[in-house]
Amino acid sequence: MANTNVDYDRNDLPVLLPIYYKKLFPYGPFYRWLNYGGVPKTYFCHREFSFTLKDDVYIRYQSFPDQHDMEKEIQKACPYKIDIGAVFSHKPKDHKMVKGTSFQALEKELVFDIDMTDYDDVRKCCSGADICGNCWPLMTIAIKILDKTLEEDFGFDHRLFVYSGRRGIHCWIADETARKLSQNARTAIAEYLSLVKGGENQIKKITLHDPLHPSIVRALSVVHAHFEDLALDKQDILGCKESWDKVLALVPDEALREQLGKDMTKGENSKQRWALLKGRVKKEVEKGGSRKSQLCIQEIMFQYCYPRLDVNVSKGVNHLLKSPFCIHPKTGRVCVPIDAEHAEKFDPTKVPSISQLCHELDNAMDTPETDEPAAKRRRDYKKTSLHTSVKIFDNFLDKLEKSWKGKLIQQSDMKKEF
Amino acid sequence: MQFVKSSNVRRKRKSARLTGERRLGQYVHNLQFYSVPPSDNISLTEFEDFAIDRLKVLKHVESLGIKFVKGNEKYQESMDRELRKMMPIAIRKTSDEISDTDYDERRKDHISHFILRLAYCRSEELRRWFIAQELDLFRYRFQQESRDSIKQFLEENNLHYEPIPDKEKLKIIKELANSGYNTSVTTVENTDYFKVPFVEALDLVKSRKVYLERGYAYVPRSDLVSIVLSAFRAHLSHSLAITARAVPYLEEDSRLLPMLTALSKQYLGQDYTCKKANGKVTIDQIEPLSKKSFPLCMRQLQESLKQEHHLRHWGRMQYGLFLKGIGVMLEDALRFWRAEFSKKIDPDKFDKSYSYNIRHNYGKEGKRADYTPYSCMKIIMTNPPANGDFHGCPFRHSDAGLLRQRLASYGVSKDGVNEVMGLVSNSHYQLACAKYFDLTHNVEASTIGINHPNQYFDESQKILNPSAESKASMSSSQSSQMSWSHKSTPFSRRSTQASQLTPRNIKEEEVEFDDLQMSYEELDDMMSAVEKDEKATKA
Repeated sequence: MANTNVDYDRNDLPVLLPIYYKKLFPYGPFYRWLNYGGVPKTYFCHREFSFTLKDDVYIRYQSFPDQHDMEKEIQKACPYKIDIGAVFSHKPKDHKMVKGTSFQALEKELVFDIDMTDYDDVRKCCSGADICGNCWPLMTIAIKILDKTLEEDFGFDHRLFVYSGRRGIHCWIADETARKLSQNARTAIAEYLSLVKGGENQIKKITLHDPLHPSIVRALSVVHAHFEDLALDKQDILGCKESWDKVLALVPDEALREQLGKDMTKGENSKQRWALLKGRVKKEVEKGGSRKSQLCIQEIMFQYCYPRLDVNVSKGVNHLLKSPFCIHPKTGRVCVPIDAEHAEKFDPTKVPSISQLCHELDNAMDTPETDEPAAKRRRDYKKTSLHTSVKIFDNFLDKLEKSWKGKLIQQSDMKKEF
Repeated sequence: MQFVKSSNVRRKRKSARLTGERRLGQYVHNLQFYSVPPSDNISLTEFEDFAIDRLKVLKHVESLGIKFVKGNEKYQESMDRELRKMMPIAIRKTSDEISDTDYDERRKDHISHFILRLAYCRSEELRRWFIAQELDLFRYRFQQESRDSIKQFLEENNLHYEPIPDKEKLKIIKELANSGYNTSVTTVENTDYFKVPFVEALDLVKSRKVYLERGYAYVPRSDLVSIVLSAFRAHLSHSLAITARAVPYLEEDSRLLPMLTALSKQYLGQDYTCKKANGKVTIDQIEPLSKKSFPLCMRQLQESLKQEHHLRHWGRMQYGLFLKGIGVMLEDALRFWRAEFSKKIDPDKFDKSYSYNIRHNYGKEGKRADYTPYSCMKIIMTNPPANGDFHGCPFRHSDAGLLRQRLASYGVSKDGVNEVMGLVSNSHYQLACAKYFDLTHNVEASTIGINHPNQYFDESQKILNPSAESKASMSSSQSSQMSWSHKSTPFSRRSTQASQLTPRNIKEEEVEFDDLQMSYEELDDMMSAVEKDEKATKA
């Protein structure tokens, strides 16, 4: 798991951040995203940003007229964290000058937040903020299911997945229709995507109904592809009595559960036991004995693997979410975009840390071609391992740009007609 | 609208043709979308009668929705019974001939709806309540109508839905069949499907009861009501927002405002704002009280807080506001939470991250609204607990096994546990809670209905501690127990509360975004009745 060469030390952050914001942060693409081609013109300058400074000082309602001003302000403040908020009816900076209720959040990307902490009851390798190669595949599954559902069911084409810097992922949906969604619509989408329900007092958190909804069938096929490797191998969910009891608690039929308990002792490892479990349930169901348990195999698989969204983040138009390309202060890692097509290739432990990037930059600077023009210097990130991440981001932007290019042509056409 | 003192338009005449000032073409259908406000003259008495009658209807609609699972047989039966008495037009099917009685009742339906709009537009909470009940009423009425009548209604209101061609349907027939409960391929073949943008069928999307493809929902005719309801909801909430802005201009008329204000207060008591945190409960009393007088939901939060030294957002909200309601003062509350949290985190971090939240609850931050403790309805219906959460209603949000254990460990007898669990399995969460109250307070089948955790607390104190309690609990239990009958002659017409409705007050009620926590507040406020529906379908 060791990082390539340079270790990150939290105490270095005050020194490293100014360098990062001066030389590495990809302002160009970042602005290109949030400006949305200037459709409408005020879109960028009415956007709220908020900064978290050293010692958790939190400033809301920052806004910038253009890219240049944004760069200047970010470099001046050197925030430990930047959050992106909604597009408001007025410039957020002026919110105190606007009369009472007319200052309103109008639009924002539809966002999702998935946090590994919410999987603590189904992973035994780590807990809380820690992650490792044995539990990260949970996020891979989440990305895949989310990505497909958002595209195929909801027709959203512009989906950006971002590593949150420590233990989870964010997803930004940038389609125009998504940005304009009401709170109710966001809530409904989040609910549609949520299967795992219930708090600490609810052991069985999944209840499926027959027939399975097409979106669930699709999710199931994703889970199927990963279940053996993740749940049986890595998490070893039937590895010992304590853990298989947890699995069996999800079987609603008491007699069947008891029988399964006996079966489990016959297997030698998780894989064998899973096969035994599946076989027994299938037999029971075929006998018609246990209607309640008809879908319990699928329910178990989902309870252990289905994405667990923090729905509160998705619901509000006005909810802030950490911006891509921030640095996570605890890990020093950059919140880099993830290529959803190849989600399983993403390894959070290989994400470059700010220390590593600054080191790479130093090395690159040492090599001859030092006196470049200033304009080129802005693209210093290209000399570091941040490069590949920005590329993923650029791909997302290229596609997105086409959507507003069409809009711009439409608009100018309309003008000519008059 | 003009209001004349003397009046009487309500004479009953049985005739097939319309008489008097009744104009054909104004009320052509039993159902209404209420898009045009009434412009008749109406007397003050009639104004008031109409309003009260409709309010009665809406309150019954609400309580039936709580008592039964919406849409099931018992619900339909009781709706039919109640509406037959109170609003006959709601259960009569639209016929071709319109009689005077039909006309008058439709007119009453129309006018009374608009009067309540005036009364219930003033705050987010009132609006939410009003919309929820009107939607339930509308849904019930819509479902009573025949297919032709629905068609006519949709045409009247410019709602055009075209079924998708069979060819398109056949392509996705399997998906369609698997998207509904009890839908076979044959039923799909014989059903019309409508293709609408998914945002027009959010109720169905939310409960995953519809097939979605590339942003479109394929809604079967049997669920058409969902689309119509969502159009109705959008229309209503938009109109209410506009009405809210217009109400200040009514101020000139001193006869109406007091009446409207009083009307809006009819929306069920269940309100503990009136009771100020009075320091009656000190923090060292909380733990012992939690064992004796807290309802299960709060006892659970107290125990989790002790155990985890932390509660997540909604847990802090539910518990914090409850504590405020039983009389814990702000300073005490801060000390209480800090003491618990700082066993796990730095006290500094507590001051930075959490104390704001608590001060906010007491109306000391942000928009400075004094927040009300959550009622059972709210706890059961909104913000269900997720991983790591301990809030919610234990009767609603616990595994049966765990709940049994917990009840037993609190000394409930085996028979008692069985009784409680019986109620739970029929989705009578509040009755289960009442039963738990009876069992733990050794009272025999008391008539206390539990609808608010703070009311539970007060009732408990009244029993355990009869002398000291009297005053405070009296006032609050009254407000929570108020049934309609207490209120059938509710307001004095000369009441002088008009000043309550100044434009300033209205503004304060509206959502303001001035801090991060606000977004939660707003979220909270806007939680719509959809959740109720969802619950109903799940149960």
